[in-house]
Amino acid sequence: MSDFTTWDILRNLLLATRWTLILSLTSFIGGGIVGLAILFLRIGKSTLGRHFARGYVELFQGTPLLMQLFLAFFGLGLFGIDVPAWLAAGVALICWTAAFLVEIWRGCVESIPKGQWEAGQSLALNHVQQMRLIILPQALRIAIPPTAGFSVQVIKGTALTSIIGFVELSKAGTIVTNATFQPFVVYGFVALIYFAVCFPLSKFSKHLERRAAAAYATR
Amino acid sequence: MHYIFDFSWIWDYGPVILKGLFVTVELTLVGAVAGVLLGILCAWIRTLGPEMLRPPVAAYVELIRNTPFMIQLFFIFFGLPSVGVQLSELQAANLAMIINLGAYSCEIIRAGIEATPKGQFEAGAALALRPLQTFRLVILVPALQRIWPALSSQIVIVMLGSAVVSQIAAEDVTFAANFIQSRTFRAFEAYMLSTAIYLLFAIALRQLLNQMGRWIFPKVAAR
Repeated sequence: MSDFTTWDILRNLLLATRWTLILSLTSFIGGGIVGLAILFLRIGKSTLGRHFARGYVELFQGTPLLMQLFLAFFGLGLFGIDVPAWLAAGVALICWTAAFLVEIWRGCVESIPKGQWEAGQSLALNHVQQMRLIILPQALRIAIPPTAGFSVQVIKGTALTSIIGFVELSKAGTIVTNATFQPFVVYGFVALIYFAVCFPLSKFSKHLERRAAAAYATR
Repeated sequence: MHYIFDFSWIWDYGPVILKGLFVTVELTLVGAVAGVLLGILCAWIRTLGPEMLRPPVAAYVELIRNTPFMIQLFFIFFGLPSVGVQLSELQAANLAMIINLGAYSCEIIRAGIEATPKGQFEAGAALALRPLQTFRLVILVPALQRIWPALSSQIVIVMLGSAVVSQIAAEDVTFAANFIQSRTFRAFEAYMLSTAIYLLFAIALRQLLNQMGRWIFPKVAAR
């Protein structure tokens, strides 16, 4: 058996970090697209669509992400697909991310004064046009800080995918621990790497928030 | 898709599931109460407490909020024994949840304290209350009332996050589901059931916290 130096441990963890980053990015972008589609249902005119969107959010925000991962992992298998861990991880994280983004963005859209919709109506814009030309551009500006803040939750969420066998930073931590018997050092490093990725994002989102708040205050 | 759902195992494994539910409820209860108390303490330090304690508390809050709960749990359960702190699965799970919620609730409660009008502090001083008394008797309850919805959501999030403690073999609902699927090979059904349990518990917990909010806080006239 070869000996692991501290550098070996760190190098292996850093190599695995890219999978955490790739999965986070995929989930965030995929979740954003799915979230936007469900957002339109949530604030749309169809009652059925609104109910569906509310049920969706309730379901994914009311159950553990870990359960969603297990269900994706074993559930997709029911369709006769041989499910690789990355697929189950991606599907579950996208659905989970979407549910949270819908609620964040709904808040942003609803914070736009009703008069803006009415203004659009008086210009004979239809619902989609009002949304696209008047509401979304304004809501988008409000949405950026909380969305950036939520990206931290997504990155932390990817840690759970190690449980269904996706090899990212946390799984690498477990593997390296099993090889080195140094859990204190290894999990300490794992935590620090997560921190190094998440902390700047948190700070950035705080900064955006403060800037947005200042912009409102000076109006 | 030719799959026949089979829930016939439910009767055999009822006690396992109930035990799991009991553990999840216990973890949530202890985590929520102790976590919020820790959060209040940290929020007090960060807003009104001794200056020299503020940097370490800030570091604690940022460190916890920017790392996954699972890693915190693993660090406590697997890492701490090598520096001589040996904890059982349940102790480690409880401790991790308290530390986790403590950091999040600190930030939530701090926002509540910072939104307190200056006059409230002056009113406390005018009644000859010491700063700590002012905090306890004048500031704290309205501050908690202000952020109660956010705090409730955070407690529910921490409860859902507790599913991870099955990974250190704490016997919660998820552990029960893992156990069942390893015995019956009915993985999908087992996780469907445990997911349903979590969903119902989350809904019930949210209702309970809303209700508690109504009991604890005095009614205020519409502002």
